[in-house]
Amino acid sequence: MLVGLGRGGQQRCTADVCIGLVFDVGGLGDKSFNDAAHRGLLRAKEELGIGFRYVEPGDGSDRESALRQLALEGNQLVIGVGFIFSDDIRNLAEEFPDTKFACIDYSATPGAEVPSNLSGLRFREHEGSFLVGALAALKSESKSVGFVGGMDIPLIHKFEAGYEAGVKHVCPECEVLSTYAGTKPEAFSDPIAGKELSLAQYNRGADVIFHAAGKTGTGVFNAAKSKGKWAIGVDSDQFDDMPCCILTSMVKKVDIAVFETVRDLVQGTFEGGVREFGLAEQGVDYVFDDNNRDRIPSEIRARVEAIRQGVIDGTIKVPSK
Amino acid sequence: MTKRGNELFLQVYGVAVALLVAMAAGSVLILIFGQSPANVYGVLLSKTWGNAHGIGQTLFKSTPLIFTGLSVALAFRAGLFNIGCEGQLLVGSFACALVGSALPMSTPALLAVPLAIAVAGLAGGALGAIPGALRAYTGSHEVINTIMLNFIASAAVLWAGNRFFFVEETTHTAEIVSTAELPSLGISGSALNGSFFLAFACAGLFWVLMDRSRRGFELRAVGLSPLAAENAGIDVRRSIVVAMTLSGAIAGIVGANFVLGYKHYFEEGLGRGMGFMGIAVALLGRNNPIGIIFAALLFGTLSNGGLEVNAFVPKELIEVLQAVIILAVAITSATTQRALAKGGAS
Repeated sequence: MLVGLGRGGQQRCTADVCIGLVFDVGGLGDKSFNDAAHRGLLRAKEELGIGFRYVEPGDGSDRESALRQLALEGNQLVIGVGFIFSDDIRNLAEEFPDTKFACIDYSATPGAEVPSNLSGLRFREHEGSFLVGALAALKSESKSVGFVGGMDIPLIHKFEAGYEAGVKHVCPECEVLSTYAGTKPEAFSDPIAGKELSLAQYNRGADVIFHAAGKTGTGVFNAAKSKGKWAIGVDSDQFDDMPCCILTSMVKKVDIAVFETVRDLVQGTFEGGVREFGLAEQGVDYVFDDNNRDRIPSEIRARVEAIRQGVIDGTIKVPSK
Repeated sequence: MTKRGNELFLQVYGVAVALLVAMAAGSVLILIFGQSPANVYGVLLSKTWGNAHGIGQTLFKSTPLIFTGLSVALAFRAGLFNIGCEGQLLVGSFACALVGSALPMSTPALLAVPLAIAVAGLAGGALGAIPGALRAYTGSHEVINTIMLNFIASAAVLWAGNRFFFVEETTHTAEIVSTAELPSLGISGSALNGSFFLAFACAGLFWVLMDRSRRGFELRAVGLSPLAAENAGIDVRRSIVVAMTLSGAIAGIVGANFVLGYKHYFEEGLGRGMGFMGIAVALLGRNNPIGIIFAALLFGTLSNGGLEVNAFVPKELIEVLQAVIILAVAITSATTQRALAKGGAS
């Protein structure tokens, strides 16, 4: 309840630039994706003086209604958090040509043109996964590492492909064990499956597991704890979820994407089209701070940083599928 | 006061008390969030019923609830508890979208629209018939079976969609042909569409069937006492299958609202929760078509208003409010029934 108190009472926007944001199902307080988008707006409010208001939709039809409502209210920029908004946002952008729109993880029907007032924000998750893949392989003593995905969909295959390539880049003889929790959305919220799958991988010899499985990852962390092995978090810094066993986290900086889009709008440089955030744009990264400094020896850190530079320069190509 | 008038008064009185209790509980929560209840309720009302767009959106949100409320009520009147609306509306919408997108461009609207609606009803009805037949011929309980079929339906639809039908990189099917679309009612940019009238037609048919036809009488008789009905020469097993099939069909037609009238494609997650909400609507509407329409309008108002007052209070508050209404109705319903039974005895 006390946590909830701070969330109530967003006020009607009175600033010069007003922004509306619609959260993905799950809403505020997911400690991940949605909260990161919210952080981006809070930073924009502080640094750029914008005003914003958000809507947490319930079922599927609420998403479009909420976007439409925010556009009708006269917000200059309307943001949808999640790939599921893509086609709705594209249609609305055509209907409201004077309003700017942005969509996180934009992924509309192939071949559909992106309107000039819509910014589709995409992340090169495979690049970040490539780095943690290299890190996992360098850290591994058993020459075997694991990957646990959530729902078996192309978006998650990007994580897997980058990770596996990263492992093979530094250690061609290393083995990558890979499994998915399921084919339904619930595969992202199934810690029990996550624990079973990762226990199986640890038992087969893996000593580092990277998950891209939402709340299912909690099970991966539990397995890491009971086996005394390493796990790698995803999306945001997950160190606090299991301080004993998190080697690092592959972070996706939704807050930076949101903030930069708002800044472009305020500065009058907003551009439509698909915009990608990778290592070069610091849109994806891995965590290296006081919490895990002693877990990543300096020679491993140096090697991974060299790989980062290679990816940014283009001398290392990272596959996305 | 006549007995019928007295009964109606008690029913309305019970619902009114339930609403007042819920509003009072909601006020306490709103105060905890540091907001003024008068302000929040004011915004909720003015943004839902105070302008054309709000009215359109509210009626749009109410439309599927009329269908699912009728669906639950029909089964309930025959003594069956259909908790499978969620799955039935899912397969109905999915089938509706697949047929709608497979039709040739030149299909005339007079053929395309009824065909797509019929397919939605057939698919939902087929899914309803399964637990009906299981109940009638093996005695296994429809509550368990409808719940389990919800899981099967959602997994099967998602699998088939991902594997065969969803447009690449999305979670929705291809668009239906334009002649199969139900027209938008064009109320200031709201999503309200022709299926709103379809819902009213369904409510009318429900009344004729259940209260004015022989088949409806049989269904109600089975609901009141299967043994007595059997003794009176009613085919109880057939009645159970018929009731569950019709109930599933009404739930399946929710697809008309979302697929034919709104998105023009099936999208994963469309209509989620509407089936369960239908149970509350049927309960609040006392299984009566007019009551169901009003109950659906109330829940539609809360659900659309919830998006509007999200500026002041978190969305969970509206969910709590809905739950409190259901609880309060369940309690007053029990006491009203007791009062009615007492009145009948004296």
